[in-house]
Amino acid sequence: MRSSVIIFPGSNCDRDMDVALKKFGFKNQMVWHNDQSIPKSDLIVLPGGFSYGDYLRCGSIASKSKIIKSVIDFANSGGLVLGICNGFQILTETGLLNGILQQNKFLNFVCCNVFVKVKDKQNKYFKDLKKDVLELHIAHNEGNYFCSDDELKSLEDNNQIAVTYCGKDGTENEKTNPNGAIKNIAGIFNKNKNVLGMMPHPERMIDKYLSGEDGSLFFKNILDNFK
Amino acid sequence: MEVTEAVAIDHGLKKEEFSKICELLKRTPNLTELAIFSAMWNEHCSYKSSRKHLKKMHTKGKQVIQGPGENAGVIDIGDDDAIVFKIESHNHPSFIEPYQGAATGVGGIMRDVFTMGARPIANLNSIHFGSPQHKKTRNLLRGVVKGIGGYGNCIGVPTIAGQTTFDESYNGNILVNAMTLGLVNKNKIFYSKAAGLDKPVIYVGSKTGRDGIHGASMASATFDDKIEEKKPTVQVGDPFTEKLLLEACLELMADNSIIAIQDMGAAGLTSSSVEMASKGNLGIELNLSEVPCREEKMSPYEIMLSESQERMLIVLEKGKEEHAKKIFDKWNLDFAIIGKTTNSKKIELIFDNKKVAEIPIDLLAENAPIYDRPWKKTKLPQKLKFDKDEFKSLKLSDCLKKILSNSNISEKKWIWDQYDHTVMGDTIQKPGGDAGVVRVHGTNKAVAASVDSSALYCFSHPLTGGKQIVCESYRNLISVGAKPIAITNCLNFGNPEKEKNMGEFVECVEGITEASKYLDFPVVSGNVSFYNETKDKGIKPTPTIGGVGLISDYQQMLTMDFKTDGNLVYVIGKTDGHLDQSIFARELLNEKKGPPPTVNLFNEKNIGETVLDLSRKNLIVSCHDVSLGGILTAVSKMCIKGKKGIKINSLKGLTNKYEYFFGEDQARYIVEIPKASLKKVNDILNKYSVHFDELGTVNGQSIVYKDDINLPIEELADAHKYWLKKYMDS
Repeated sequence: MRSSVIIFPGSNCDRDMDVALKKFGFKNQMVWHNDQSIPKSDLIVLPGGFSYGDYLRCGSIASKSKIIKSVIDFANSGGLVLGICNGFQILTETGLLNGILQQNKFLNFVCCNVFVKVKDKQNKYFKDLKKDVLELHIAHNEGNYFCSDDELKSLEDNNQIAVTYCGKDGTENEKTNPNGAIKNIAGIFNKNKNVLGMMPHPERMIDKYLSGEDGSLFFKNILDNFK
Repeated sequence: MEVTEAVAIDHGLKKEEFSKICELLKRTPNLTELAIFSAMWNEHCSYKSSRKHLKKMHTKGKQVIQGPGENAGVIDIGDDDAIVFKIESHNHPSFIEPYQGAATGVGGIMRDVFTMGARPIANLNSIHFGSPQHKKTRNLLRGVVKGIGGYGNCIGVPTIAGQTTFDESYNGNILVNAMTLGLVNKNKIFYSKAAGLDKPVIYVGSKTGRDGIHGASMASATFDDKIEEKKPTVQVGDPFTEKLLLEACLELMADNSIIAIQDMGAAGLTSSSVEMASKGNLGIELNLSEVPCREEKMSPYEIMLSESQERMLIVLEKGKEEHAKKIFDKWNLDFAIIGKTTNSKKIELIFDNKKVAEIPIDLLAENAPIYDRPWKKTKLPQKLKFDKDEFKSLKLSDCLKKILSNSNISEKKWIWDQYDHTVMGDTIQKPGGDAGVVRVHGTNKAVAASVDSSALYCFSHPLTGGKQIVCESYRNLISVGAKPIAITNCLNFGNPEKEKNMGEFVECVEGITEASKYLDFPVVSGNVSFYNETKDKGIKPTPTIGGVGLISDYQQMLTMDFKTDGNLVYVIGKTDGHLDQSIFARELLNEKKGPPPTVNLFNEKNIGETVLDLSRKNLIVSCHDVSLGGILTAVSKMCIKGKKGIKINSLKGLTNKYEYFFGEDQARYIVEIPKASLKKVNDILNKYSVHFDELGTVNGQSIVYKDDINLPIEELADAHKYWLKKYMDS
């Protein structure tokens, strides 16, 4: 499976994503934000970081960058686009995903392990995933997902909520919500479920010496579903 | 403006220093020249009070590639890999403006590291605040933590460990010490020594603004009531630009274009240009009209003193200008050729086609004043005679809970949750352990790092205190399974013009030197911060040691959490029960006198090597050094981390349980041993002739000791984990 990771000035999880993708067998390449086009890919990843310093609003300048038109075209043609953390913020700024990511409710940057519940498996990311609750890692200041009532209803009706923050046993409540996101939302899809944005970083959970290994399941599953 | 003695004094120079300048120059300097002298001769840049003593430090070792004197120290970790590291203070600006002060402290130390060609791989910090009851403490802490996180998180370098303490002596002077480790190929290290004539001098990075002017002088003076007026001397950081600068510099460093490179830190363009020329024994000519400026009509004076952040000065190979410019254009950074190297051995400044300053380099560097300041020895305080009958009214379990929730012992999760500690995907030991550990990317090796200081011990007896911190650093590295290699130090002291403060400095340095020599744990970099004093009240002497060690196979790393029920727990090292200066004495007896625990360097080394041997042979499964709060505090942390209890044995021949459990004797570790390894462990302990106690067995969910203690781990965890969060929320 061929993948491309876009590097914006200020991206800082680009290398981590490259390492993770290659570890599980993706043929990955890095693409600079000023490039006109993206090499032939089966998956495009917008990595975490602080693209363009997160000036104006997180992800807003990246959503107007030169490369982004190719990303949008690719998404609209059904290609898989994954945005992690800042990548998720960029995807909402482009309009590929609904809603916004506001500053965390407790006004602090938060870096810790979290559990997320996989809410939908009818898609190329989570289909046939063995687990329902994954332990992942977050590190962000603006991960507090918010959208209008109508948008939320439509997300729910179309099963576009991908993952939600929860406890180890899957309980979703205020206590298991690290940033105040509406409905504990940690990640969502677009309508066709080829575009996924989520705050947690699977690429930081890929071997037992790191914070955990559930990130491996995520990457392996994408590959398995591609075969 | 005419330069007079009064103007010189306004610039922080002493009367005698001004006369010396006039004498050396054989004329009165103009204002720009005066500014350059004041920037180079202040304490912060010249080390004029400390240099005499720093020279004695132990700085050499088999693995040392670069000792003090460069942007950072460098050590060899095998296979052509080298670690570049340094710690630096940003105390004065952080007190005035905590967010920007701390942020630019982190930015500055990272620049020191990547200037040498290394990619930063880990950040650490040691931060010290006034009493929790002091009205400024909460906001300063909040601001500093946000500043450290705001900068480090954005660059994408994990903050892997730290230290936070509270003490009323920091009420008017907080301490913010930031440390960075970087990884470099040892054949591709860049230095600040210029070489060759007529080579282009390049300015890259951010534009120069009026921020931070006189920053270095501000950091070389004590505080008074008018401190708020000094806000404009604090620099403003932009981590995004620094991230671009980091990537651009590393890209340019991939080939052979750079002759010398120096970041513009304290005293900005002045100190970077003078240092490069001085090290290369050259002259330098700068055309200040070419310097990219953020604001209009900046004068040469302002340009030379600005401490705007995220700027670098490079001496480039001739003919590489276009190639270099292309890289900086790609990263959207300013690039300007602002001068050249000369054989004049002078710094010559041109502005608007006129020469505005001309000073022989050696007057600024080698001829800078060096003071042999008078200092006073601190006598070892008399050992206290505790009334042990008084202890009997204290319940062990109450004492333990009180100590675990003490501001200086309690867990600092509220802080490290705000730092990205996992970015770069190689953090294998997160904050909260004895040391942070990151893998050397793509290898089996890992680097451990820890920051330590013990102001109470240093205040009580600086010589012992100095030794003790080096030992503590050594132990923290060994506790995670790392072989200690070298240290960096940040020497935070009061006013060196006072004999007592100067004495504290001299004796702490002596202690550090003695211990680092004995333990073969050399100092490779560091900085000195004097004048941490407000309205005549100075801080307790607070040398901070940043230690770095190597784990050759990261799978052998140790953590402190108890692993398996039934495993045995040993205390390695002898416990005499030294309570003077302990948390127990302070917190429960309100006793602040007495000497710090004695440091026995032979034992430190022997016991350290023993524990390292045990870990290399995979005979122990967890390890923690015994420090503040003694054995019971250490063992509680191991229980809390591992969510496991311990049954403590009835200890034979115990004279006093309070002394045993809370004494802060040095050179001790607690280790967890699987039963199957026991014989081998005993054999090794005997081989090294090391004293050990069989403390107990990992068991259940409570700490149990005879009828004295029966505490569920959860209750202990509550006491330990939430003090800081509750404090910040209240």
